[in-house]
Amino acid sequence: MALSWWAHLWSVLPEIVLVLAAALMMAVDAWLPEGRKRELGYWAIGGMVATLVVTVIQAAQLAGGIAIPYEAFGSSVRADLAAMLFRIIFLLSGILTVAISMDFRPLRQSGEYYTLLLISILGMGLMGAAVNLVTLYLALETVGIALYLLAGYLRDTPRSAEAGLKYFLFGVFSSTIMLYGLALVYGFTGEIAYARIAQALAGLPAPAVMAALLLILVGFGFKVSAVPFHFWTPDVYEGAPTPVTAFISVASKAAGFAVLIRAMIEAFPTAQGNWVAIMAALAFVTMTVGNLLAIPQRNLKRLLAYSSIAQAGYILIGVAAASPLGVAASIFYLGIYTLTNIAAFAVAVIMTNVTGSEEIRDLAGLSRRSPGLAMAMLAALLSLGGIPPLVGFFAKLFVFAAAIESGLLWLAIAGVLNAMIAFYYYIMVARAMYVDRSPEEEKPVWISRPARFTLWFTVAGVLLLTVLVYPLYLLAQMAAQAF
Amino acid sequence: MTIPAVPIPILSFIVFTPLIGALVLLLIPRQRKEAARVFAATVSSFTLLLALWAFLAYDRAAGGYQFVERISWLPQLGIHYYVGVDGVSLPLVLLSALVLFTGVLVSWNIEDRPHELFAFMLLLASGIMGVFVARNLVLLFFFYEIAIFPKYFLIAIWGSTRKEYAAMKLVLYTLVGSIIALVGALALYFVSPVRTFDMDVLRELAARGAFARTVEVFGQAVRFDYLWFLPVFLGFAVTAGLWPFHNWVPDGHSAAPTAGSMFLAGVVMKVGAYSALRVGIELMPGGAVYWLPVVVFLAVVAALYSAAISLVQEDLKYVIAFSSIGHMAFVTIGFAAMNVTGLTGAVLQMFSHGVMAAILFATVGMVYDRAHTRYLAHLGGFARAMPMATLGFILGGLVAMGMPGFSGFVAEFQVFAGIWAARDTAWWYPWVAILAAPSIALSAAYILRALQATFFGELNRERYPHVEDVTALDKVAIVTLAVWFVLIGVFPRIMTDMIQTGVEPIVALLQGAMVASIR
Repeated sequence: MALSWWAHLWSVLPEIVLVLAAALMMAVDAWLPEGRKRELGYWAIGGMVATLVVTVIQAAQLAGGIAIPYEAFGSSVRADLAAMLFRIIFLLSGILTVAISMDFRPLRQSGEYYTLLLISILGMGLMGAAVNLVTLYLALETVGIALYLLAGYLRDTPRSAEAGLKYFLFGVFSSTIMLYGLALVYGFTGEIAYARIAQALAGLPAPAVMAALLLILVGFGFKVSAVPFHFWTPDVYEGAPTPVTAFISVASKAAGFAVLIRAMIEAFPTAQGNWVAIMAALAFVTMTVGNLLAIPQRNLKRLLAYSSIAQAGYILIGVAAASPLGVAASIFYLGIYTLTNIAAFAVAVIMTNVTGSEEIRDLAGLSRRSPGLAMAMLAALLSLGGIPPLVGFFAKLFVFAAAIESGLLWLAIAGVLNAMIAFYYYIMVARAMYVDRSPEEEKPVWISRPARFTLWFTVAGVLLLTVLVYPLYLLAQMAAQAF
Repeated sequence: MTIPAVPIPILSFIVFTPLIGALVLLLIPRQRKEAARVFAATVSSFTLLLALWAFLAYDRAAGGYQFVERISWLPQLGIHYYVGVDGVSLPLVLLSALVLFTGVLVSWNIEDRPHELFAFMLLLASGIMGVFVARNLVLLFFFYEIAIFPKYFLIAIWGSTRKEYAAMKLVLYTLVGSIIALVGALALYFVSPVRTFDMDVLRELAARGAFARTVEVFGQAVRFDYLWFLPVFLGFAVTAGLWPFHNWVPDGHSAAPTAGSMFLAGVVMKVGAYSALRVGIELMPGGAVYWLPVVVFLAVVAALYSAAISLVQEDLKYVIAFSSIGHMAFVTIGFAAMNVTGLTGAVLQMFSHGVMAAILFATVGMVYDRAHTRYLAHLGGFARAMPMATLGFILGGLVAMGMPGFSGFVAEFQVFAGIWAARDTAWWYPWVAILAAPSIALSAAYILRALQATFFGELNRERYPHVEDVTALDKVAIVTLAVWFVLIGVFPRIMTDMIQTGVEPIVALLQGAMVASIR
């Protein structure tokens, strides 16, 4: 059945709006006088909100059964609820990132910054929707190039430049290895579309499939910063401008999981028995290494970097469960993690603006200096730690339940023990804010309005979603069924 | 059994009043410390009134779960917001409200960030009461975990002597325990023929032996309840301070601020024991019948060991802290009796010890506020300056040593009677009673020693030139708590009647499992 031109366009409608928004950003940048460059942030937010509205409508149509999932552009992209949900995650993190970028001093509001951000979100949207190897690779590189530039955006700061270069080198290296894997798959099967690859792989010897799969996993592992492909993470997180770090830690990771889940389920179902063991091992190593290395960190951004590695490990548990519950749990976890991690980074941005430092010990006295900010950080940390009444509790509950359901009891036990290690270092950050004293306790903390919005939005989210956990879970479950 | 309709969701009010109060408290401007105190007192007294009302309105003749509320939360996974109280949980809800109210009163003069102090206390109370009313396993864990992290802050911020070490130790101990129990609960969920966390349904299934089926573990066929009872029971028992998992207790209780110690010894330990009863014993009665006669030895060791250690402590707070391990051991012994007398005694002991620990720590805190030391050698003679606190300590002490006419006697007597009566269960049960009995004599000794060293004797005038009497609010707190010792000591039936209705179904479950295991 041939699709109408509108059906083709509908599948990438959010990307089209984003391209227009990105073009508009460039024009506005040229048009706005020097003194009003801060307003660029609002333009970027406007563009993303417009895209978000479009995406939400599309998601609602898919969820309500008004639209039916289909593949467009000759099996390049798939329009389904999962793709739309992931786009919503990317856009939300983009909007919140811009809100905390606007008054982040070192960035000095420039149009290029926002344009690059929009383009990377565009690429992520395609990553989530890609159903063939070529689209996958192109989308991956679109995101990669934009993010390398963003990480090294502060050209004058050696650490940022180093972060950009490091991210770039690790990125191209792992993407080359992945490309080799993709080439192997194409060589074996002669197909690039996931669905047909799955059929063709069925008749192939397992070692060949495993070789290709492992090579591809290097690329995905890099994106989600799974151990042992995580070496770039702490340095890039530390060096990149903090809002960019926030963005990489949530949106880029979510995009990595989007392609990982889709590729594993749609292209490699025949090798399932094998990749479950690989994913379980990957999950175990990732969370354990991430958590253990987070303990000695003294720099807040490095600590959050290792914490985000560990979080990737928990999400991988859901993938390893390889069940509808597991996939739903992973998607749910990603959504919650996005909100929570941005809250934590928003506090980091505000503190860097005020103290010029990113050390944990410089959070000392924060609860006296700005009780609200300390509470927001506490809520974010506890939600990351999976402590109720914050919604992070349910995220963890679901992935552990999925592991037990799929017979991976050992992984669930390893997961809960890891959650305990994590609790320790999250509490150590809270300790700095609440117990330690600092000579600067009397100085007030200035929080810009967009940053204040980000804090309220994310903290209210992690609190209120506990009550509304069911609709969110249902959405994740419906998205999981789309695969 | 029909459940009477209630016009207002009283249990939700009880649980969420402190939670919402905590959030509102944080919005009160920083400088207005007095407003924050008054607000916290209002919220906690409102909670206490609601709990008292529920206690009086409970229909004792009908028994069973009352004031039930049920709202869908995650229906697909069998997770509901489902709360209700029976004769076992209602006294503990009342206890929590009492400790919250008196805890706020004795913390009145803390100048360092009272907003956060009261917010964490209210949050802790909300989590604790949530555990007592939860009728869904996930909801129970949800509240159980809420009740963990505020303790860290209460101790690490407002505590004394090695406070950060003690706070982290306490939190990690209880977290490990609860997390192991959580894995057990998830395993229960997936082995259950009906996928639900609803504790009514799970109990029904347990009664029919659904969890007595065999599962394969590493190639071995094991009975599910034999396998998982111990991790779940002991995981919770960590919080109850059962030997040898009691290590957090002395450090935690001693480092905590006065209200924190009252909470820890008064209710937090009960949260552990209660959850062990509800999740461990009730849902896996087969495992309980198999393991409790063994576990009881841990309790015997705990009772003797803690009493002996209390006797030689130099720090007043450590005396009381170790004593609470011993008193909680009687709760475990009562559980192990597995008959109505023993379990009733155990539950009553939870209430009685909760009030007693609260009053002891409150009065010790009042002494500490004036003396700034807790070393027995440096104390003495405080009775003259603060008669009301002395009276409170003496009353608490009488309960601790099991004096007839007070609640402690009623509770411990039933525990001993219960374990003696259960000699058919295991031939060594009378020996358990005989072995544990000396701890009562020891407790009399350490209480008298602490009393003598702290309140009587000569006051060191050089060291303490002015010792002021306790405030009116402190007196209100002491009276609020002390009333219950006498009330229960003289009319035990105001509690035991209610507790029995809650205990009987549990005993029926256990007896069913015993019959099944003999067959």
